[in-house]
Amino acid sequence: MTVVEDRPATAEAPRPKRPNRLWALLRNSWRQLTSMRTALVLLFLLAVAAVPGSIFPQRGVNRERVAEYFTNNPKLAPALDRFFAFDVYASPWFAAIYLLLFTSLVGCVLPRVREHARALTAVPPQAPKRMERLPHHESGIRRPEDPAAAAAEIAKTLRRNRWRTRARETPEGWTVSAEKGFLKETGNLFFHIAMLGVLIGVGFGHWYGWHANRLLVEGQDQGFCSALPQFDESVLGPRVEAGDLPVFCMRMTDFESTFQTTGQPKSFEASVDVSEEGGDYRQRRFTVNDPLRLDGATINLIGQGYAPVLRFTDRFGAQQTATVPFLPTDLMMTSEGVVQFPDVNVDPNGERDPKLQMGFEGVFLPTGGTDGSALSQFPAEDNPVLYLSAYRGDLGLDSGKPGSVYALNREKIADGDLQKISGERPYVLRPGEKWTLDDGTTLEFVGTQRFATLSIRHDPTKVSLLIGSIVGLIGLMLSLYVHRRRVWFRVLPALPADGEPAGGSVIESGGLPRTDYPGFGDEFAALTRQIQEGKR
Amino acid sequence: MAELSNQLMALTVLAYLAAMVCYAGEYAFGKRSHIGKAANRQLVGAGAPLEEIPEPPAKRSKGDLIGLIAVGLNILGLALHLGTTVTRGIAADRMPWGNMYEYILSTALIGSAVWVGVLIRKPAVRHLGLFASLTLVVLLGAAALVAYTPVGPLVPALESYWYVFHVSTIIISSGIFLVGVVPALTFLIKDGWDAGKRTFPFTLGRHIGDAGVLERLTFRLHAFAFPLFTFGALIAGPLWAEASWGRYWGWDPKEVWAFISWIVYAAYLHARATPSVKRTTATWIAIVGFVTMLMNLFGVNLFFEGLHSYANAG
Repeated sequence: MTVVEDRPATAEAPRPKRPNRLWALLRNSWRQLTSMRTALVLLFLLAVAAVPGSIFPQRGVNRERVAEYFTNNPKLAPALDRFFAFDVYASPWFAAIYLLLFTSLVGCVLPRVREHARALTAVPPQAPKRMERLPHHESGIRRPEDPAAAAAEIAKTLRRNRWRTRARETPEGWTVSAEKGFLKETGNLFFHIAMLGVLIGVGFGHWYGWHANRLLVEGQDQGFCSALPQFDESVLGPRVEAGDLPVFCMRMTDFESTFQTTGQPKSFEASVDVSEEGGDYRQRRFTVNDPLRLDGATINLIGQGYAPVLRFTDRFGAQQTATVPFLPTDLMMTSEGVVQFPDVNVDPNGERDPKLQMGFEGVFLPTGGTDGSALSQFPAEDNPVLYLSAYRGDLGLDSGKPGSVYALNREKIADGDLQKISGERPYVLRPGEKWTLDDGTTLEFVGTQRFATLSIRHDPTKVSLLIGSIVGLIGLMLSLYVHRRRVWFRVLPALPADGEPAGGSVIESGGLPRTDYPGFGDEFAALTRQIQEGKR
Repeated sequence: MAELSNQLMALTVLAYLAAMVCYAGEYAFGKRSHIGKAANRQLVGAGAPLEEIPEPPAKRSKGDLIGLIAVGLNILGLALHLGTTVTRGIAADRMPWGNMYEYILSTALIGSAVWVGVLIRKPAVRHLGLFASLTLVVLLGAAALVAYTPVGPLVPALESYWYVFHVSTIIISSGIFLVGVVPALTFLIKDGWDAGKRTFPFTLGRHIGDAGVLERLTFRLHAFAFPLFTFGALIAGPLWAEASWGRYWGWDPKEVWAFISWIVYAAYLHARATPSVKRTTATWIAIVGFVTMLMNLFGVNLFFEGLHSYANAG
């Protein structure tokens, strides 16, 4: 606790009308908040507050990494989570900092707008009495005209150089005042207002935007339409409803990829058939840096991989075919996945036996090595190989609990409800090969299809944000490179002197850069020379 | 061509190293150089013993000569550096900034060019050469030892015209920010020396020129680089990210640290423009900005995994 002693009021001073305490508190807090010192502290806090977002995985960036962090640090993670360590940029404390900062900004900018508007309409002030005190000063410049004409000529020269100029008649002679560089403050204000605009735009984009992910396998029967259940994952802004999404359907007809000899990817291109608003399907192509722009949604290609096609023939001769995306785990596209057949081995005359469901787990190598290692040698399909282990039993898909479609149910395996029926080493399958299991059922590796991971996003404010940032940048450059400065000229009738005829005028000049501007000396000298020589 | 680039790289580092040694040499003989003379004159003014006034003219030219050799070596280093970067680009048949090694190579090239430019326009700042060449040697050494990557073409995500805009503006602005720290540090040292501090880092300030000039140079370099960085990181970057990843801003570690650097440099410019904030305080903020830039250049690539991790590819 701090004890603040009241300062004794000075006796002479007339007691001001006692302001309302609450009002005074509010006013003082406002002044404190809008001071530059506070703004600097808030800027620093914002920078520091952003750091944890690069240290901890963020839900908004990579959900899987957050889950991984929870598994690896079961004690620490929930505690961190309470402080929004995994949602830093959506956390109340981060919001508190930037909202305070922007309030401070508004409080700083609004009075400056008023001030600047006044300055823009004001006339340049009268010349100071003692110009020799100015940082730049010149005296004894002579012109042949009388003071009024000389002042008019000076004002003309200044105006031609885009100075705001005002000539005044004084009892002794004339003065010319001029000011330049108002764009500095204009730019500065534009920059700060643009920043506010960008923040508001980001907020609106969050409210009225949405995004979704979808893994799309090549093939006529693998397409999808823009309905929420057909997306793998989707996030709608608070003001967006499912019915607001644009209507489109698409299917992938081809996916081409090329690679360097080192395995580095060289190019990816997806060819799709798209139908918008229920219209005809039309062919479109898109690549990594050239997204598919539909009306109301942008579709980016953010990943790719292989989906093995597997045909299972059960005890009763019934066949089922599954095309299952295997997720790549390394640069050479070693891909992991599972194939699940929950509705096989169903006796046509009897009940469905949940103990006879089939599951396969393993890796797909687009280019298998000769040494039998379970790592792909190259990302293209030069020698595709599938290593699989077979499981029979209850896949646990009926429990209603959400599980990964890329792994078998570990609980069921641990409980013995799902048993491995192949040997220790996984079975090797090449395209076209068939694997006969212990009960006579077969699994055929038909081939592969390509798949693409798509990011589908709509951000209604992105164009305005771009415009806002460009305005801000222009404002920033004006505020950094333009300098506000004033010059004055005092034009007095020349006194008759030795060797000089009477008449004409003698001029004194002064210059004041209002900001740190090292080039002003040269500019002032050039201007004075121009006045002296009467150059046009 | 790639071989040639690597050999030129070794020569570049050697040239900068030699320049650094010569700058250090001039520094050691500096008492007799023109800066030292000014310092001596001040000492005389302050009532120093008269014996110090006559200076052996031969030794005076020695310090200057070594300084000139240092500048020559520095320019030679810059030429070799340019050669390294250009041959690297020719070998890869693209702009030479596709991975961390090339990125640092190009950033340091810009830094070196800006430094030599400043040196030619204002020969009086030559005494900063020791710091500038040290920075270059450390940066290039780190690039060659930690981040070296064989020549290779770009990953598809980098094949975009935004690659040129985004990366070039960021390289240029980072280079200038990195150079900007040299006058910033020397200003702080000189300011401490002027304030009467005589402990180690401040003793280096004995031969350094005018504090005000250094401070203004710091500001001008930062004021030049800041809008460029704004364009590269906060306009061209998001434009490209929108085309490539589907979102203009996604708090990827590199984006986070670019944001942090931007905020810190913005704080520097604000502090510099506020009369009530001391110039030393403002300069310290610029140095914090430099640290965040280093974090972005090295730390983010080494410690965090993110979308900008092209550095480790290859």
